[in-house]
Amino acid sequence: MIRHLFPVRGGVHPAYHKDPTSEKAVVPLPMPGMLFVPLQQHVGQAAEVLVSIDERVRKGQMIARCGGAISAPQHAPTSGRIRDISEVTAPHASGLAQTTIVLEPDGADEWADLPEPIEDPFAADPQVIRERVAWAGVVGMGGAVFPAAVKLDLGTRYKIDTLVINGAECEPYVTCDDRTMREHPQEVIDGARIIARALGATRIVVGVERNKPQAIEALTRAASPHPDVEVVGVPAQYPMGYAHELILATTGRETPAGKRTAEVGVVAYNCSTAKAVDQAVRLGRPVITRVVTVSGGAIREPKNVECPIGARVGDLVAFCGGFRSHPAHLVNGGPMMGQPLPNLEVPVVKGTAGILALLGSETNARPEEPCIRCGSCVGACPVGLVPVEMAALIRRDDLKTAGRLGVGDCIGCGSCAWVCPSHIPLVQYFNYANGMLWNQEQQARKNARVKALAEAHALRVEKAAAAKRAAQSARKPAASPAASEETGRKAAATEEARP
Amino acid sequence: MSMGAVGPSAPFTHTPNSVQATMLTVLVALAPATLFNLYLFGWPAILLFTVTVASCAAAEAISLGLADRPVWPRLSDGSAILTGWLLAMSLPPWAPWWTGVLGAVFAIPLAKHAFGGLGQNLFNPAMVARVALLVSFPVVMTAWVAPHPLFAAGSPSLAEGWAITFGGQMPDAVTAASALGFVKTELSRGIPVAQSLPQVPDLMDMALGLRAGSLGETSLVLILAGGLFLMARRIISWHIPVGMLGALFVMATLFHALDPDRFAGGLFHITSGAAVLGAFFIATDYVTSPVSKAGQLAFGIGVGVLTWVIRTFAGYPEGVAFAVLLMNSLTPIIDQYSRPRRFGRTRQGEPLAQKAAR
Repeated sequence: MIRHLFPVRGGVHPAYHKDPTSEKAVVPLPMPGMLFVPLQQHVGQAAEVLVSIDERVRKGQMIARCGGAISAPQHAPTSGRIRDISEVTAPHASGLAQTTIVLEPDGADEWADLPEPIEDPFAADPQVIRERVAWAGVVGMGGAVFPAAVKLDLGTRYKIDTLVINGAECEPYVTCDDRTMREHPQEVIDGARIIARALGATRIVVGVERNKPQAIEALTRAASPHPDVEVVGVPAQYPMGYAHELILATTGRETPAGKRTAEVGVVAYNCSTAKAVDQAVRLGRPVITRVVTVSGGAIREPKNVECPIGARVGDLVAFCGGFRSHPAHLVNGGPMMGQPLPNLEVPVVKGTAGILALLGSETNARPEEPCIRCGSCVGACPVGLVPVEMAALIRRDDLKTAGRLGVGDCIGCGSCAWVCPSHIPLVQYFNYANGMLWNQEQQARKNARVKALAEAHALRVEKAAAAKRAAQSARKPAASPAASEETGRKAAATEEARP
Repeated sequence: MSMGAVGPSAPFTHTPNSVQATMLTVLVALAPATLFNLYLFGWPAILLFTVTVASCAAAEAISLGLADRPVWPRLSDGSAILTGWLLAMSLPPWAPWWTGVLGAVFAIPLAKHAFGGLGQNLFNPAMVARVALLVSFPVVMTAWVAPHPLFAAGSPSLAEGWAITFGGQMPDAVTAASALGFVKTELSRGIPVAQSLPQVPDLMDMALGLRAGSLGETSLVLILAGGLFLMARRIISWHIPVGMLGALFVMATLFHALDPDRFAGGLFHITSGAAVLGAFFIATDYVTSPVSKAGQLAFGIGVGVLTWVIRTFAGYPEGVAFAVLLMNSLTPIIDQYSRPRRFGRTRQGEPLAQKAAR
């Protein structure tokens, strides 16, 4: 089955470093002594706490409910007692704290009453599937952490004909999706078919980078009874896992800038998300664990660990034999787009695909040198930007021109910074520019609002004064009636002009 | 770093490539052609090459020192060595020592550091130096010699070479015309190209480099091998070399077909002078050529066309250096007009029209 692929631009070929974990079966993490479940593990509003301190909860019980239209609930990863609901440092580069439910496992691992499995999801109402996925707290497990159920709603607003399952896993080191696809191909394909059913999509394309032949083989076998599912090997070319890129490569459809992929009739889900949807629908189980790749040169025994949500990074590192030597970087996610971790105390959340402890010698980091205009960054940018030019503009603080050249279109994939022989931190330049441009826009919006309010205030004051004058002139018979009429008209006009 | 103190952000992996590695690869690619030509032109060439490269390195060190910049990190990136190397390759092999020194002064402080140093210069420093020398000292800069391989009969000894390079004792009898110069002179005397062409070295000698010419430009086979090596290592792409040689070949072939007496053919143009050296090593200079592939192709074609125009209609027999400098001045404009189309947008930068789902 050779499928026609569509060319994508740019990209780089970083060293994969997938071998330390790709051939090792996923192993479960022994239950840690304490779990820390943050309320915000997804894009959107934080979940709302349903439990109180000292309450006993059972495994799979909802402990925080959906906090809004775009939100996801949290469930207890095991049975135990709620010890605290407090501010705990989040797994985020800012090192800021967020509200977190602290659960002490009791070792019984006793399940709560789970919802009944949906007997035949392919005969079920799509709304039933959506509600189940929403209940289960499924979010984009590839790292985007967008609530999966909200995306399922796209089927009601757009005509979706194709579902793309993202098994590209283009980040170096990270192999959790690879292992999931190899060990649970049936669940991935079944979950994909359930998602397609909910979306109303008639075709499913599973895109997997060709450096994962076993995953492609396992999925192809699992998909063979289903003619509507195609498993496609795509070139191992970072950032192939970027949804817009994968959709272009597999379907030839280019999502317009600033629009959803649904605009071109396609929705993409990560392969592990498909598995989570399958679990929710077929078993009635919420997302309470995820597979995390623990790797990097500083880790003694790199592994893929099935880890309860809320386990601390330090628990995983200890389970993998601890540090071989002091890591230069502690990364949440892959090395290309991952976030630096503030410390080992932060919890694993639904979007944590990888925990990397990297040695200084692994990163090839060097001091920054002058740009020699080699143009490598232009060739590497998958979006078609000219990083060399934008960086020069940002360096002299011409953010407006950088914005005009498309710095806002940067997806932060890091290809330009990876390929730069002068080791210029280009992504930082663009993040800085986008942050500043956003601030400026907010400021401009605020200024416009203040101006509008001030003008309205001035009009009100003027109107009040005019009304007062009119009343005074009405009391004084000596005043000219024409003048008072004039004032009254003006007042009426300003009343109309009010925003 | 403020709160959190988490250190640098992604990416946490980088190419093993560096500025220094890039420059070194170019030097390695140049080495075979250079060594062969140093052998071919003997001791005076070796002495001139050494003086030129050393002068450029010294000029770089002095310029950095004057600008209060760290000297060793920049000097060790090899960019000044490469400039000196390319300048030496474009000089007549038996030219006196001061051409190398003066060339270094043109190339490094004036063409490079006056603009802000590495990466900031608008014009190719080696070509600025070559052109400045050529217009200032036309006789010295066109005193070509036929090959005098080291240790062969008639080849100058080290002492004689020293006298030629440092003593200005150029033996009269050995000068020879370059093929381009010969054809141009003959044409100016009213002798058609069709008659003068058979008297230039044959294609095999041109390819091997057994002809009069600049210190490093004559051995086409070795220069081509170096260029292909750079392509294989992805230091350069095909766009500039193919654009330049293609345009030169097409222009020359076209006009040769129209009037063979007036215009030399495509193959002659490509194999003579600095065409191949220029296409692979000079026009491809990162700093002074466009950054996008489309821009590089346009740039290459421009260099090729201008080279042909200058060789054919201007006063100088060779035009590569002039053509490169002229196109260097257009690089910022080419960059403006050759930005790639952005993802999900039209060429004008507007979001693509929404396609109805099929």
